[in-house]
Amino acid sequence: MEILNAAVALLNYVIIPATSYAAQLSLGALGVTLVYGILRFSNFAHGDTMAFGTAITILFTWLLQSFGMTAGPLPTALIALPIGIAATSALLLLTDRAVYRFHRKTKAPPVRLVIVSMGVMFVMNGLTRFIIGVKERNFADGDRFIINAAQFRHLTGLHEGLAIRSTTAITVVVAIVVVGLLFWFLNNTWTGKAMRAFSDNEDLSLLSGVNPEYVVKVTWLIVAALATIAGVLYGLDKAFKPFTYFQMLLPIFAASVVGGLGNPLGAIGGGIVIAFSEVSLTYAWRKVFSYLLPEQFLPHGIAQLVSIDYKYAISFIILVVVLLFKPTGLFSGRSL
Amino acid sequence: MRHRLSKLAAIALATSTMVAVGAAHAEDIKLGILFGFTGPLESITPPMARSAEMAIKEVSDSGALLDGSTVTPVRADSTCGDAAAATAAAQRLVTADHVNAIIGADCSGASAAVLQAVARPNGIVMVSPSATSPALSTAPDDGLFFRTAPSDARQGVVMADVLMKAGLKSVAVSYSNSDYGKGLDEAFEPAFKAAGGTITISAPHEDGKADYSADVGALASAGGDALVVIGYVDQGGKGIIQAATDSGAFSKFILSDGMYGNSLIKAIGAPLEGSIGIIPGAEGEGHTKFLTMAKAAGVDGTSSYTGESYDAAALIMLAMEAAKSSKSADFKGKIMQVANGPGEKILPGELAKGLKLLSEGKPIDYEGATAVKLIGPGEASGSYRIYTIKGGTQVTDYYE
Repeated sequence: MEILNAAVALLNYVIIPATSYAAQLSLGALGVTLVYGILRFSNFAHGDTMAFGTAITILFTWLLQSFGMTAGPLPTALIALPIGIAATSALLLLTDRAVYRFHRKTKAPPVRLVIVSMGVMFVMNGLTRFIIGVKERNFADGDRFIINAAQFRHLTGLHEGLAIRSTTAITVVVAIVVVGLLFWFLNNTWTGKAMRAFSDNEDLSLLSGVNPEYVVKVTWLIVAALATIAGVLYGLDKAFKPFTYFQMLLPIFAASVVGGLGNPLGAIGGGIVIAFSEVSLTYAWRKVFSYLLPEQFLPHGIAQLVSIDYKYAISFIILVVVLLFKPTGLFSGRSL
Repeated sequence: MRHRLSKLAAIALATSTMVAVGAAHAEDIKLGILFGFTGPLESITPPMARSAEMAIKEVSDSGALLDGSTVTPVRADSTCGDAAAATAAAQRLVTADHVNAIIGADCSGASAAVLQAVARPNGIVMVSPSATSPALSTAPDDGLFFRTAPSDARQGVVMADVLMKAGLKSVAVSYSNSDYGKGLDEAFEPAFKAAGGTITISAPHEDGKADYSADVGALASAGGDALVVIGYVDQGGKGIIQAATDSGAFSKFILSDGMYGNSLIKAIGAPLEGSIGIIPGAEGEGHTKFLTMAKAAGVDGTSSYTGESYDAAALIMLAMEAAKSSKSADFKGKIMQVANGPGEKILPGELAKGLKLLSEGKPIDYEGATAVKLIGPGEASGSYRIYTIKGGTQVTDYYE
């Protein structure tokens, strides 16, 4: 019984929150890694691309809600998602046409593109705030819980409660579906194969008749979809505020670098490593220990390794350690 | 030479009579209203300013102040958060608009800055309706600073008392990492421990984050009968409660005054039922009368610190009459006297009666909208409303 209580507490406060966070980070990191693989630069504007897509989705969600249209037990935002993706695709294609294409044509070194992407980041930053404002927006509706803590206690008779929010479950399910589709696309379609070829060896792929502008366009479309889905899932599960999306950039980059830049599988692995490290290192373990350890071995404090304020420092440290000892990342991508 | 001297004497005589006549005659008194019309309090400052202006209009229209003097309000923006902007605005009120006193500032930080940089050098009285930081109690003020809101030191004690009365002896505390949160937490913790309570954990939370599940994980690990949330209703305080109810970590919450608001009840819903909150507020005839007057004037009298704003303006003008002078240096010593009595009780809407009594040399005890009683260095002793959330609204339990 004690072990069960400890396991439930661990699930409730560590494993479930970390899993949904890992799913959100992985989707974000996949976008970053695709841009790096195909376009060969680190896209700093990715966090704000997520914010833009989410903002458009939220506006459309409100519109649907005002018409009385909902998705029943599911959040209405899922219906509005395609509109958000379409708007973000348009924005990214436009940005590529107006900004990145010039630097691509002149064969600009990656560091210049990184700086250019920072400029794009500031513009998107302002654009998002201009459209939806700086305040926190809540747009989650539908059923809030699959099972809440009180129901779980009642059902099992355990002392610890377990809550699974519908948004957490949706996040994980959608992330798995999207990742599955992406890998199927990259491995089984001609365009996907062309993208991989272009990423592996640009000159060779050009010789084989791959149209670079086409590959770039498709990449931006996929990135727009991934960014919007990641942003909307994060907003549904937590809350939408433009500034927090900007802050997400660090853990997302950490995830893609840790996994190995340019390696889609690595982005997912990196997301999982970063999310679980952040959550488990900042968790106060006293509650779990109190079920497992006898009274006299119980720590006096709350057994928290790192204060929550240093959450982002954890991704930083992992990033630095990986770059020092395994610059190509855990799953062998490219070195920076 | 003699001729010139006599001329000088004549001019001197003429000016002195003019001054003497001026003192006896009606003048146009100006009162600065220094609130954050932009910034974090922009939603509550308009009704506050209009409440202060209600008192000013009441006095000005009555013609009972200093032989029929008129009073004009001058608004200025303190921005609440930016001390430099608040100081510049106050400087303008004093040097360009020549105000006789300032109602404000609204926030503790702005009040402290304006007091030291403008009020003390110029000898101008400030009466703040809403600055609650305990630090203002000990700030040097040359007897110029007063507030009709209580210090948070008092709220901490009331909170501890409320918990004891509710039988909650072991609590976890989550406070906003801001001047307000830290100040109130520092007042609450010793008071609660002295009353025999145990604090399992006291952790700050950052405002403006998207996700508070990690904060709640730590709070839940420490445990407790209830979670005391000292924060802001539209900020981290709400996030903490949301995450705590989602994960089932706590089911009872104690809410500080910053957590008062219908948006919280709307966002959290049923899990908030049974939680207890405290908010500055008074009951009684004065408050009811103020609400009626505010309604007639089209002001929302139930909004935060409106009664306190009315009282701040009223106190300044009553003290002027008591001192028979509109100069801060003359009337600053009279504020405590008109606020605390003894004398005839004066309620909102009876300012003319109070002024008349004072002009006849009779003492008054200004009760006002918030049962004003100033203690210590000139701050409200503070009465608080304790409420429980029942059926989706705040139901008043008692006043303390």
